[in-house]
Amino acid sequence: MKTRLSFLLGSLSAALVAFALTSPRVVAADKVDPVADAKAFRNYFFQKFPDVKHEDFVNGPYSMNADMKRQWLEKEEFPPYEFALDAGKEMFSTPFKNGKTYADCFPNGGIGIRQNYPYFDGKEGKVVTLELALNRCREANGEQPYSYVKDEMASLTAYMAFTSRGKPMDIKIPDDPRALEAFENGKRYFYTRRGQLNFSCASCHVQSPGERIRAEILAPALGILNAMPIYRSEWSGMGTISRRFITCNSQTRAVPLEPQSDEYRDVEYFLSYVANGLPIAGPGARP
Amino acid sequence: MTAIPCKPAILVALALSASAAGAQAQSTVADGRKLAFDRGKGNCLTCHVIKGGDLPGTIGPELKDLKTKYPDRNDLTAIIYDETKRNPQTMMPPFGRNRILTEQEISAIVDFLQTL
Repeated sequence: MKTRLSFLLGSLSAALVAFALTSPRVVAADKVDPVADAKAFRNYFFQKFPDVKHEDFVNGPYSMNADMKRQWLEKEEFPPYEFALDAGKEMFSTPFKNGKTYADCFPNGGIGIRQNYPYFDGKEGKVVTLELALNRCREANGEQPYSYVKDEMASLTAYMAFTSRGKPMDIKIPDDPRALEAFENGKRYFYTRRGQLNFSCASCHVQSPGERIRAEILAPALGILNAMPIYRSEWSGMGTISRRFITCNSQTRAVPLEPQSDEYRDVEYFLSYVANGLPIAGPGARP
Repeated sequence: MTAIPCKPAILVALALSASAAGAQAQSTVADGRKLAFDRGKGNCLTCHVIKGGDLPGTIGPELKDLKTKYPDRNDLTAIIYDETKRNPQTMMPPFGRNRILTEQEISAIVDFLQTL
C-alpha cells in the first residue's frame, strides 16, 4: 500500500515536472510574436538570397534575375506607370465638390505617409489600409467610392507612394489583442493552402521566389507590397493591392474575397509589417 | 476442313485488333502530350522542363527518363493524382484529388511521360 502510494506520488510529481518543463514551450509557440516572426521571415530571405541587397527585395522579380533587372532599369527611363502618377497627382490636388481635398483626410496632408499603411485602428478594432482610407475620405466628403481594382484608386495610391519613396516601411502593432489577432489572422491566411491548385501565398512567394513559372519569375514575399501599386504589362494597366490579391486567388483557382475584406486587410498588415525597414518603392512596374 | 477458313479470319482479326491497340496507344500519347502542355489542364510545362516545350518553368524537376525512374506506371499516376501524400510540402497540385484532371486524362499523361 505504502509502496503503491509513493509510486503514485512519484509518477504524479514526474508528470508535474514534465508539465512544468513542456508548458513554457507550448505557451511560447501559442503566443503571437510579430517581432520574432518578422525577424525569422526576413532572415529566411536574406539567407536564401545572400547576394541580394536587402533594400532590393522590394523590386520583386527584378531582384532575382540580373537580365530582367537590366531590362527593367531601361524601362524605368520611360516608366509605364507615369500616366497614373500624373493622373494621381492631379486627382489628389483637385478639391471635392465640398471644397475639401484628400489632404484634409490624412496626416501631413497625405504626403510621405505611405510607409505607415496599413495601420491598426483602435476605435474600429480593425486594420485600415491606404486604399480603404482613401475611399472613406471620399465618402466622408460626399463622393462616391472608387472601385478598389481600377485605375483611379491605383493612380491615387501611386501618387501617395511616390511622395514616400525611399522611406522605410514602418508598420506598428499596438499592444492590443485585436491587433495581434489581425496580424496572426493575416499570417494564417498567407500560409494556408486553398483553391483547386492547392497553393498558399507562401507556396509561390516563400518556397519558390526566383523560380520561373513558364516565362514569369516569382517575386519574393518580402517587400512585395512596398512597390505597390504596380503597372503590369500582363494587365496592360495599373493594379492596386486589392487587385493583386484577387488575381493571385483566381490564378490559383481559389475563390477571391471581396476587396478590402477583413482577411485581405489582415494579409496586408502581416506582409507590410514583416517588410518593416525596407523602402517604399511604389509605383512599380512588373512584367 | 471447317477450321481452315477460320484461320485467316482469326489472323485478320488479330492483326486488326493489334493495329487498333497500337493506334490507340499512339493517340493517348498524343492526347497526354496535349494535356501536359495545355494551360487549362495539366500545364506541366509551367513548372517542368519537357522536351519539345517552349519556355518551361523551373520549379519541378525536368521530366525525362521517367520510365527508368518509375518503372511502375502506378507510381507516376500516384504522383500526379496527389503528390502531397508523399511530400506534404510539395508545390505540385493534386490533379486527381482536386479533379483538375480525370483518371483517363491522368492515364494519357502517364502514357506521354513514359515516352520521355
